[in-house]
Amino acid sequence: MAGQRIYEVMFIVDPDAVADDVTKLSETLQQTITDLGGAITKNEDMGRRTLAYPIGRKTEGHYVLFEIEGSGREIAELERRMRVNDQVLRYITVRVDEDRQRAEKFKTKRAKKATRRSGGGFAAAKAAAAAKAAEEAGEA
Amino acid sequence: MSSNYEDRDRGGYERDDNDDRGDRGGRGGGRSGGRRMHRRKVCGFCRDKIDLIDFKDVKMLQGFIPERGKILPRRISGSCATHQRMLAEAIKRARNIALLPYATD
Repeated sequence: MAGQRIYEVMFIVDPDAVADDVTKLSETLQQTITDLGGAITKNEDMGRRTLAYPIGRKTEGHYVLFEIEGSGREIAELERRMRVNDQVLRYITVRVDEDRQRAEKFKTKRAKKATRRSGGGFAAAKAAAAAKAAEEAGEA
Repeated sequence: MSSNYEDRDRGGYERDDNDDRGDRGGRGGGRSGGRRMHRRKVCGFCRDKIDLIDFKDVKMLQGFIPERGKILPRRISGSCATHQRMLAEAIKRARNIALLPYATD
């Protein structure tokens, strides 16, 4: 598979679980990822918060967020594990590398536009070229 | 946030007020005053130079869900198509993970 992908995985752990359980669960999940060749670039415990709607009679949940770099195989395994685990109320995986690339593209595009507008652009490039030519002539 | 934004499109304009334009769409919520506002809305995301709308940013997303929990339409918020699409995607993701409600009453 060409290129590493970046995923964001967010999941909700049963609020009745003790804080210890949450860290343990998160550690085992991280272990599965690293075992399959993935890398965890971010691990954020977002803490308890009220759910916008009840899930299985629970109104609260413990949110955990991972950012994973990998091929995608570890995601499949991770999702399978979370599906099996009763403590995980819900999870969501989002592939973010493509969106981030797109955002980066917009950014550079905007930067380019800004320089063009400020009279940089062509005139500036011409001046730079002229300066370079003069320098080369001086050296020769 | 106003919950009856839909009303503006339906009953928001009257035929008999002194309009010089063909009353297409009846947009801008012309109240009976007769003066039709034609302020062009600018996409807030474009203005703020936001390239990425994150589903985790609940505070920001909440500004785009009126009381019913629906996604605020473009004709109200003035978002551009690109950003509205990103916004809708983010809201749907946030709903899935119970950060935002699917519906409220």
